[in-house]
Amino acid sequence: MTDFRLPELGENVTSGDVLRVLVKPGDTVAKDQPILELETDKATIEVPSTVAGQVKEVKVKAGDKVKVGQAILILDNGGAPAAKTESKAAEPEKPAAAPEKTAEPPKPAAAAPPPAQASASKPAPATANVVDFSRGSRPAPEPAPSIPDLPLAPAAPSVRRMARELGVDIDQVPGSGPSGRISVEDVKAHAKRLVTGAGAGTAGANDGAVPAAAEPLPDFSRWGEIERQPMRAVRRKTAEHLSVAWTTIPHVTQHEYCDVTGLEELRKRYAKQAEAAGGNLTITAIAVKVIAAALKVFPQFNSSIDMAAEEIIVKKYVNIGIAVDTDRGLLVPVIRDADAKNIIEISVELSQLSEKARSRKLSLEEMQGGTFSISNLGGIGGSFFTPIINTPEVAILGISRARLEPVYDKENGQFVPRLMLPLSLSYDHRVIDGADGIRFLRWVVEAFEQPFLLALQG
Amino acid sequence: MASQQLIVVGGGPGGYAAAFLAADLGLSTTLIDPEVNPGGVCVYRGCIPSKALLHVAKLIGEARQAKAWGVEFGEPKVDLAKLRAFKDDVVKRLTSGTGQLVRHRKVQYIQGTAELVDAHTLRVRKASGGEDTLTFEHAILATGSLPAIPPMLKVDDPRVMDSTSALDLPDVPKSLLVVGGGYIGLELGSVYATLGSAVTVVEMTSGLLPGADRDLVDVLARRVNGMMKAVLLNTRVTQMKAEARGVRVTFEGEGVKDQAREQLFDRVLVSVGRRPNSKIPGLDRTKVRVNDRGFIVVDKQLRTEEPSIFAIGDVVGEPMLAHKASHEGRVAVEAIAGQNVAFEPRAIPAVVFTDPEIAWAGLTETQAVKEGRKVSIAKFPWGASGRAITLDRTDGITKLILDAASEQILGVGLVGPGAGELIAEGVLAIEMGANATDLKLSIHPHPTLTETMMESAEVFFGQATHVYRPRR
Repeated sequence: MTDFRLPELGENVTSGDVLRVLVKPGDTVAKDQPILELETDKATIEVPSTVAGQVKEVKVKAGDKVKVGQAILILDNGGAPAAKTESKAAEPEKPAAAPEKTAEPPKPAAAAPPPAQASASKPAPATANVVDFSRGSRPAPEPAPSIPDLPLAPAAPSVRRMARELGVDIDQVPGSGPSGRISVEDVKAHAKRLVTGAGAGTAGANDGAVPAAAEPLPDFSRWGEIERQPMRAVRRKTAEHLSVAWTTIPHVTQHEYCDVTGLEELRKRYAKQAEAAGGNLTITAIAVKVIAAALKVFPQFNSSIDMAAEEIIVKKYVNIGIAVDTDRGLLVPVIRDADAKNIIEISVELSQLSEKARSRKLSLEEMQGGTFSISNLGGIGGSFFTPIINTPEVAILGISRARLEPVYDKENGQFVPRLMLPLSLSYDHRVIDGADGIRFLRWVVEAFEQPFLLALQG
Repeated sequence: MASQQLIVVGGGPGGYAAAFLAADLGLSTTLIDPEVNPGGVCVYRGCIPSKALLHVAKLIGEARQAKAWGVEFGEPKVDLAKLRAFKDDVVKRLTSGTGQLVRHRKVQYIQGTAELVDAHTLRVRKASGGEDTLTFEHAILATGSLPAIPPMLKVDDPRVMDSTSALDLPDVPKSLLVVGGGYIGLELGSVYATLGSAVTVVEMTSGLLPGADRDLVDVLARRVNGMMKAVLLNTRVTQMKAEARGVRVTFEGEGVKDQAREQLFDRVLVSVGRRPNSKIPGLDRTKVRVNDRGFIVVDKQLRTEEPSIFAIGDVVGEPMLAHKASHEGRVAVEAIAGQNVAFEPRAIPAVVFTDPEIAWAGLTETQAVKEGRKVSIAKFPWGASGRAITLDRTDGITKLILDAASEQILGVGLVGPGAGELIAEGVLAIEMGANATDLKLSIHPHPTLTETMMESAEVFFGQATHVYRPRR
């Protein structure tokens, strides 16, 4: 029994995505026979086997990310000395990559066997196939993790944990305190530099007087009376959160009008029903339902991005955050499992959450776990704005005030008054391409205009 | 029954800390343990009952010492039944407390034993009879450890005890042999010695408490040598036989002369270590891997090779300490809750509750020497501590192990009464990345033993108020 591990593939190539597995359990493979089709960030390559034998088990499947040295196959080569399988913790099981992401269609490789379904096919009877197992060509097993050196970074546990959460290696953070002590601000500044690509090493240069990136403020009192007000907790949190969102996410905002003349009639007609249930049938409540349905159709809008792990995390639940304006500042309570609720239920919950937000009764729990946010400023006014994505979500819908506009009616050849609602969709361009952005927004617009779509596709 | 978000198998200090945090984070949680209430070895037959007994032993020791201070109590009369009842009451109070916390937090508690069916299913054999099959999103295995008894020392006789039966305090034997000079043997050995047994300690290696720095152990050893009948180092037990008059033990090694090779003891305590309890039924139906030492293999988030199953505490590795398990339990739960956390402490304190106590955290001097690491050592002898003198206990040392270049505190070692309490400051200093200056500049209350921490930092700079060192 031996295993075939992903060999060195070339300079700087350390991993790749499996496009196809070309063998299945029971197959006999010869040395140099192609085993995998692998997409690396350089090219798509066929990976030949460095060993021969009968396939006992296929340890990867299409969509997996594999690293050099990772076990791909377990082969029976008939009594060859068992290679010590240092079964390096199998990568946590990932769901196969969403099919629509494998943009490149599999090459029509002429005689390639069908992709293996490891678990489905039963193992063939073991026949001893002793063939040329060349030990030399096998990549060395990954070294056992050695006992880590005692870290020296002078940082408190809370600071180290925050660094981990931000994906920052604490040992790389220059400390600005006495003896290079690392503060929360140092970690944040370092994270920001990493994101903006400014590179490390510039911190501490400013004597730690002012955190990097903040320009010194002039003395405003030279020009007149001023008053310094302390930032309240919500304001500070908002400032920090939105700064991170704005600096880390490449935002694109797409605008579109939506004809809600028909919807407005429906809304008025059924408002009483919602009221009886204790809710308020608002555009926001309807928008929650529309978005929940849209996220089912466009799951990449319901994802988060993990740059450190190079993964997209697609959530199988739909929790919609609603921006609520309170006297303390901006709060975003979350409507859980919005896809499983009807509009009346949503409107009731929305009323309760808004009330709680304004009376300071929201629990932390009620503001966590959102997968998409909606900000409706229409109650105040305006047409179109560029909402900032509530990171780690990847998109947000901004709603402005609907107003009557003359719209050209082709059939009758005249302008007619229609109630037009301006919608603004901001999305994270790292995960969502422009075409998908407008597809999503068009779907939303059409669902507002033809609510039947909700039942049909949502 | 509905699927639980988390099932914790094992209700020790790791398991219940994990279950409680999970409940606090809003996860639906089940905790399974064979006992009536959570507590595990620590509370039922480990840390807690032994400390109750050691507290009493300390009192007896001090009462004896009081003679030198002009107060005489006479020889103590020990009512063993009452002492046992005190110890049992301590255990009961603590475990009924954890039981209450289970109910307050609405953790589902099942008294029983678990068997894994697959990566998401458990079968529980309930103590009340019957079986339940439970499904879970995640499980945490916190099955702890058991006393290790090498086959050679396995004698089926109640006079040959492990830590569990020794804590039951069956009687005070005239003579007791403690096999193993680690912390369990020394703690329980000193309890029995104080109660009146003639205790012999036999240790295979060249010193007591293998792993701890010798300068600290030497201080303890001096006192232990006075308290015990004999301490046999570099000596092993080759044979043990239960006879009518006692347990006949054959030794081999430096500690024994020819005529002493065979000795008879009323009782023997085998405390040579503990082994992980990883023989969990059904584990082989999952991808969980156990290494050749019997520990479940986990990553830094305490996740086993089965993604839905985590493991914490004694069953995943040394040091087998309750506080390590609790911390791991909390990290595992946070990881399960989706937080980006890892188990990466810089210091796990170890305390031996003998008299004097020994405690250390972070890097030891021994380890630094072994790794060839450049460190500075600063030691403050308790003879210069006002508080130690008022206690008539100047047999203590406070020691800092500092990075030679940055002066950061990497390790702290202590020996002396109360060392177990003092070490907490050392842990904080190490975790916070404090350096010698930080410790020196923090005002410590006078007169307390904590001043020895501050003054050892002053020693590092050659400026300790109470230690004069001529200028070099």
